[in-house]
Amino acid sequence: MSIIERIEREQMRLDMPAFNSGDTLKVHFRIIEGDKERIQIFQGVCIRQHRGTTNATFTVRKVSDGVGVERIFPLHSPFIEKVEIMTQGKVRRSRLYYLRDLKGKAARIKTKKDF
Amino acid sequence: MATNLGILGRKLGMTRVFTADGTVEAVTLVQAGPCPIVQIKNTDKDGYNALQLGFEEVPERAVTKPEKGHMAKAGKGFFRTLQEFRVDALDGYEVGQDLTVELFKAGEMVRVTGTSKGKGFQGVMKRFHFGGLRDTHGTEKVHRSPGSIGNRTQPGRVFKNKKLPGHMGDRRVTYKNVEIFEVIPEENVILVKGQVPGAKGGLVMIRKQD
Repeated sequence: MSIIERIEREQMRLDMPAFNSGDTLKVHFRIIEGDKERIQIFQGVCIRQHRGTTNATFTVRKVSDGVGVERIFPLHSPFIEKVEIMTQGKVRRSRLYYLRDLKGKAARIKTKKDF
Repeated sequence: MATNLGILGRKLGMTRVFTADGTVEAVTLVQAGPCPIVQIKNTDKDGYNALQLGFEEVPERAVTKPEKGHMAKAGKGFFRTLQEFRVDALDGYEVGQDLTVELFKAGEMVRVTGTSKGKGFQGVMKRFHFGGLRDTHGTEKVHRSPGSIGNRTQPGRVFKNKKLPGHMGDRRVTYKNVEIFEVIPEENVILVKGQVPGAKGGLVMIRKQD
């Protein structure tokens, strides 16, 4: 194993649950304001996973007060407290960009039966 | 004169790491040293103070006879590359002593020198970031040309150093104020913030900076 691979492996978080596009996630994100620290929860649908070593990210989309909000999290960021999988979605593609054009009931994702 | 002491290495490649405050930093890994001192030059004999370092050991057959005689004096083997570094004082240095990455510490600012990637014969748009000519409105065959390169009968010539197409890259490039992110002495590896000139496997020189 090369030293680059080893440094990357040290950086990676192995405690992340295995989730997929379409899953509804609850991301507990640590936020530092001045000298205070609190945890913000961002709940939404994972619409994209960018695989990789230390540069892996995932995008979570939610609709807040009728406005679509997407947030890209670095998968291995030390600021992520934990990621909870709320439901596993049944989807037929890995990048759910079509959700951006849908709203209301149409933007729902079917849940996997055996979850 | 400021001390110029440094070390030689090979560029390993780049990656990104999370810093202590949670932000992401792009870093380049350089496998550097250990570089033994092959010769010490002093003011009395040579007119200036310098350390000559060897880097990358090679078998005896890979060096010429004169090189062999020169490197045998240090008794540390034979080296692919020899590099001199000017120093203020020679105290504490002796022939055969190894200089390692521990010369540097995290957070220190250094100069990094390498040979940039060769780009071949390139036009002015790529080489000097010229704007080029228009894409439309009658422009024909000259979209990426430099445009006018001078005046008329007066001066009747193109000025020296005019930026024109030519060979790009494959030259010595030095980055100043490069911050050292981390030093890993067990692996002889230095992590520097940002980029380092040249391709992976290229020879890199990291020097002290005041």
